[in-house]
Amino acid sequence: MSRKPYRRPVSTSRWWLAQPRYIRYMAREVSCVFIGAYTGVVVVGLLRLSEGAAAWGAFLEALQAPASVAFHLLALAFALYHTTTWFNVTPRAMPVQLGEARLPGGVIIGAHYAGWALVSALILFLAGG
Amino acid sequence: MSERQVDLEILRYNPETDEVPAWRTYRVPCQEDWVVLDAINYVKDELDRTLSYRWSCHMAVCGSCGVMINGEPMLSCKAFLRDLPDRIRVEPLANFPIERDLIVVMDDFMAKLDSVKPYLVPREEKPIEDGEHLQTPAQLNKFKQYTLCINCTLCYAACPQYAHNESFVGPAALALAHRYNLDSRDVGRAAREDVVASNAGIWECSFVGACSDVCPHDVDPAGAIQQIKIASTMDYFKDLLMPGRGR
Repeated sequence: MSRKPYRRPVSTSRWWLAQPRYIRYMAREVSCVFIGAYTGVVVVGLLRLSEGAAAWGAFLEALQAPASVAFHLLALAFALYHTTTWFNVTPRAMPVQLGEARLPGGVIIGAHYAGWALVSALILFLAGG
Repeated sequence: MSERQVDLEILRYNPETDEVPAWRTYRVPCQEDWVVLDAINYVKDELDRTLSYRWSCHMAVCGSCGVMINGEPMLSCKAFLRDLPDRIRVEPLANFPIERDLIVVMDDFMAKLDSVKPYLVPREEKPIEDGEHLQTPAQLNKFKQYTLCINCTLCYAACPQYAHNESFVGPAALALAHRYNLDSRDVGRAAREDVVASNAGIWECSFVGACSDVCPHDVDPAGAIQQIKIASTMDYFKDLLMPGRGR
């Protein structure tokens, strides 16, 4: 009896639509595009700032355009999704064992949120102070 | 109360007569406490004796009855019909070549499992009369979770990386490598690194996490792979800062 294993074709472009968990993964991955684009906006802002008050004022005005506001809201949503999904898997990537027991995952996740809040508060203090 | 009827659609493939697999539907009268494996057994016993599939223990221990059930990799002995609709699609585990009907070719997985040295590499060989290699409960708890793997390969069927790149060592083999790396009695980590810390090893994983979602024993291979990535990265920086350090 001869063997003739059959290989099922795999779609290279639509595979991620097969399962909700693949879509969630792609959403997390694509978040880098929005975070990258936002970083570009910040860099442009710094350049405009270095060019003087008029250029900076024009930049600030451009930020208030509806398309710009929509982009920032979208970028914020993706940044939050990126952050929370990564924070939520930290106990699996960095488990902490104390004696025989493992530190509860909620403590590790909570520590990340606390760190996030602390750094955000520090930046706001430095920027606003 | 009338008996529930389930339409079991099974992907059939006979390498001697078929060019491609084809769906075949069987109407199965089922009982309340049945799992999908019971329905498949009914087909084999009562409707079509040519159906080929693997199973053994019927209690989620042997790991041989894994199939895709409505697109999700599951052990057919652990998938209760009461949790499923009246039309159930059963096909061989995804990402593996089909040998016949629901049986897949496991050769690639077996070779990968072997490649990570999934066994204890002791510091020194001890004669039996010298007794056991002792271990504390705390040392055991470091890796116990990863000993629960039953090699069912549901994780490979769920992994899109493995689907697109067959050279990927894959979730179960890497989780088992991690299990031995974490074992206080083992010194084989360096010997495993060529395979485990290679591009086809941990670095091929982009943490989709599907492997852990489908694992029937909550082994969490995705978590294991991220832990190896962190350990391997630490090694890299330690080597950079302290060249020639012994490991």
